[in-house]
Amino acid sequence: MTFIKPFLLSCLLPLLLIACGATESNVVQGNRDGILHYGNGAEPQGLDPHVVTGVPENHLIRALFEGLTVKNPITLEPEPGVAERWEFSEEGKVVTFFLNPEAKWSNGDPVTAQDYVWSWNRALHPETGNLYAYMLYPVFNAEAYSKGDVSDFNEVGIKALDSKTLQVTLNAPTPYFLQLMDHYSTFAVHAPTLLKFGKMTDRFTPWTRVGNIVSNGAFTLDEWLINRRIGMKKSNTYWDRDNVSLNGVVFYPTENVVSEERMFRVEQLHRTEVVPLEKIPGYRAQEKSAYIQAPYLGTYYYLINVDRAPTDNVKVRQALALSLDRDKLVRSVLQDTAVPAYSITPPDTLGYYPPQIFSYDPERARQLLSEAGYPNGEGWPGLELIYNTNEAHRKVAVAVQQMWHKELGIDITISNQEWKVYLNSVSQRDFQVARRGWIGDYVDPNNFLDLFITDGGNNNTGYSDPVYDDIVLQQAPRATTREARYALFHEAETRLMEQMPIIPIYTYTSKHLVHPSVEGIYPNLMDSLNLKYVTLHPGRTLEAANE
Amino acid sequence: MLRFILSRLLQAIPVILVVITATFFLVRTAPGGPFDSEKAVMPEVKRALEAQYRLDLPLHEQYFAYLGDLAVGDLGPSFKYPGRSVNEILFSGLPVTAELGFYALLIALIIGGTAGVFASLKPNTKLDYIPMSAAMIGICMPSFLLGPLLVLVFGIYLDWLPISGWGDIPGDKILPSITLGAAYAAYVARLSRAGMLEVLSQDYIRTARAKGLPEWQVITRHALRGGLIPVIAFLGPAFAGLLAGSFVVETIFQIPGLGRFYVQAAFNRDYTMILGTTVFLSTLIVLFNLVSDVIAAWMNPRLRAQLGGGQ
Repeated sequence: MTFIKPFLLSCLLPLLLIACGATESNVVQGNRDGILHYGNGAEPQGLDPHVVTGVPENHLIRALFEGLTVKNPITLEPEPGVAERWEFSEEGKVVTFFLNPEAKWSNGDPVTAQDYVWSWNRALHPETGNLYAYMLYPVFNAEAYSKGDVSDFNEVGIKALDSKTLQVTLNAPTPYFLQLMDHYSTFAVHAPTLLKFGKMTDRFTPWTRVGNIVSNGAFTLDEWLINRRIGMKKSNTYWDRDNVSLNGVVFYPTENVVSEERMFRVEQLHRTEVVPLEKIPGYRAQEKSAYIQAPYLGTYYYLINVDRAPTDNVKVRQALALSLDRDKLVRSVLQDTAVPAYSITPPDTLGYYPPQIFSYDPERARQLLSEAGYPNGEGWPGLELIYNTNEAHRKVAVAVQQMWHKELGIDITISNQEWKVYLNSVSQRDFQVARRGWIGDYVDPNNFLDLFITDGGNNNTGYSDPVYDDIVLQQAPRATTREARYALFHEAETRLMEQMPIIPIYTYTSKHLVHPSVEGIYPNLMDSLNLKYVTLHPGRTLEAANE
Repeated sequence: MLRFILSRLLQAIPVILVVITATFFLVRTAPGGPFDSEKAVMPEVKRALEAQYRLDLPLHEQYFAYLGDLAVGDLGPSFKYPGRSVNEILFSGLPVTAELGFYALLIALIIGGTAGVFASLKPNTKLDYIPMSAAMIGICMPSFLLGPLLVLVFGIYLDWLPISGWGDIPGDKILPSITLGAAYAAYVARLSRAGMLEVLSQDYIRTARAKGLPEWQVITRHALRGGLIPVIAFLGPAFAGLLAGSFVVETIFQIPGLGRFYVQAAFNRDYTMILGTTVFLSTLIVLFNLVSDVIAAWMNPRLRAQLGGGQ
């Protein structure tokens, strides 16, 4: 049996030696070859812009495709993409896009206005089952077509005037319409490629596979190994290719955030999708920190069922909201990685600041609870708070439970539910208080305020206010100036927070680790990254940054 | 022997059918569906999606349609990954998970087998207590603890081995294989020790010693074959368990295997994916159990005589 030990050593030693033979890290190699190594959070569902949804998908699709407009990476204002310029009619209801004559598909075909007509037909067609079809609903008759009430696509407000001129007619002036042109659900796809593999509305065809896919963005798909990596190369047909610095990008499905941070530490990644909470203080303490945090267009809040006792009483809802010390919560539970929120719309949403009609006021909260019939919590019937199973949500819920107990003398039960069970409970309105988060699709207060219109698909609270509906749905779209429009939103949001069908808790932030060799990743409200602006600078290392 | 194998194969069919039926109806009774998402799904979109996946049909029709597809080997399209079939996803992950499982088992056998055999030679001495205590720790230490620990020591502090990936950087297969194999090595150690101890007290070992064979020959020629039967019987279920249970290790080391899809599918209510992986893995478990039974029977002269019948 003595042969076993030498045998084992002879097996393992060469392996160890190979491993130790200083292999170059991804970052060093990438900096030399112009390849960005990108932690992308999860394996994407797919790459079809009209079929998939999700953040990892968004990163990939926006590298492969380009919309009519793109966002300025710093200001988020629309900039020319496939459209080199656009014109609005006087009343703002007709927008004409003039396509860049140099805009080409990766097979060399020109990108035409007809491509957009065909693609929007696909995006809106009832059989496609596009979850984001509503992104195009500002377009005249788009909603009716998507719901099957109009069957002829010619009646929808989109026309190709010629191969490079696209005319879009809107229901009403829509100030955020240009922003929507940078959302992947409005992107054009290459019709002949799709038709080669199936019919227009098919969801399952392999047209997005390596070798099949034809795209129009700054990068082309080069490699796709499921759950391993997705490789892209710089496109040689993209109209602005001279300004693209990267030669390629490799996206990694980094589902495990702890592993992702470790990969970053050993320079396997240039950029991480998130940062584990417990690692943040350590990174912050570094002098030249790789940690980047920025406000994010999303709000974390508790949804209240206003039809169930005791939260059917507005005073109870207000007491619950006023007795939360959000500063303390953000500081102690969230390590200062969030901003306390007192309303649904995040602050500075393209210049809009939401009203703050209350603050942390335990005295007033106790008074309200007493007025509602529960002085010092006496006679409190109990309350259940549900959240989807997640350690971070649990910590917040426990802190909230303690604060309510301490300030109001009431006890609540907190229950976690598995993700789909929780979604089901919320959509069936089978809850009293439920955790919720909303991430904006475009930078405009409308994206947050239309959540709470009567019977809205995302309004699971039971809140209904005809005046609120009128402001959000009728008055705001007709406002002629940004100031007038924001004033209306402000009024609506004040009404909403007076009734308190939700308890805002905090505004999200985006959190990434970015290697010092990377430039062009700017923090912004949408966490929006345009890879064509990213450059790599060899020679900068993680250690050097902190020496 | 052939009849034994055939009858076991025939028994497997109803077992797998029961697994399919139970899974099919159970996943559909779980609250929430594949198309529920945080943002409200418009009713017309939901209808279109359900039609594309045959969810608009009555349940029994869905069931028989699924069985029909399964009969020709089609596990259907994935709900979560539109454009990919379950077959394709399974076969992209299987080689990786199988390779990981194989290495883990190899490590388990070499380390566990050696430790167990050595421990059995000098029972109740240091040579017994030390490896067996280590084995106990190995059984108790979950892979989600051992994995990060190994990564910290060998990947980050010593910087010897890569900490993630599979087949991308030389040596990146070592840590995951050890992590997955450790618990099984511990089982193998305990099983082989027990098996060897039993065999070493048998008469035929005394006979071998009495005829003057050197001790190492007694062990390798006579004792090992009988002593390792419990280990062989354990290997079939162990390998199937490794395939199904590699989820944690695959997540820690970012390995593109099957385990991640299996667990994610359940969370996503990806009906076809849950069914596909369940059918696939249950078939594998049945097969591996059969193979290990056959090998165990072949190694055990008494059983071999029984099964061989009058031949």
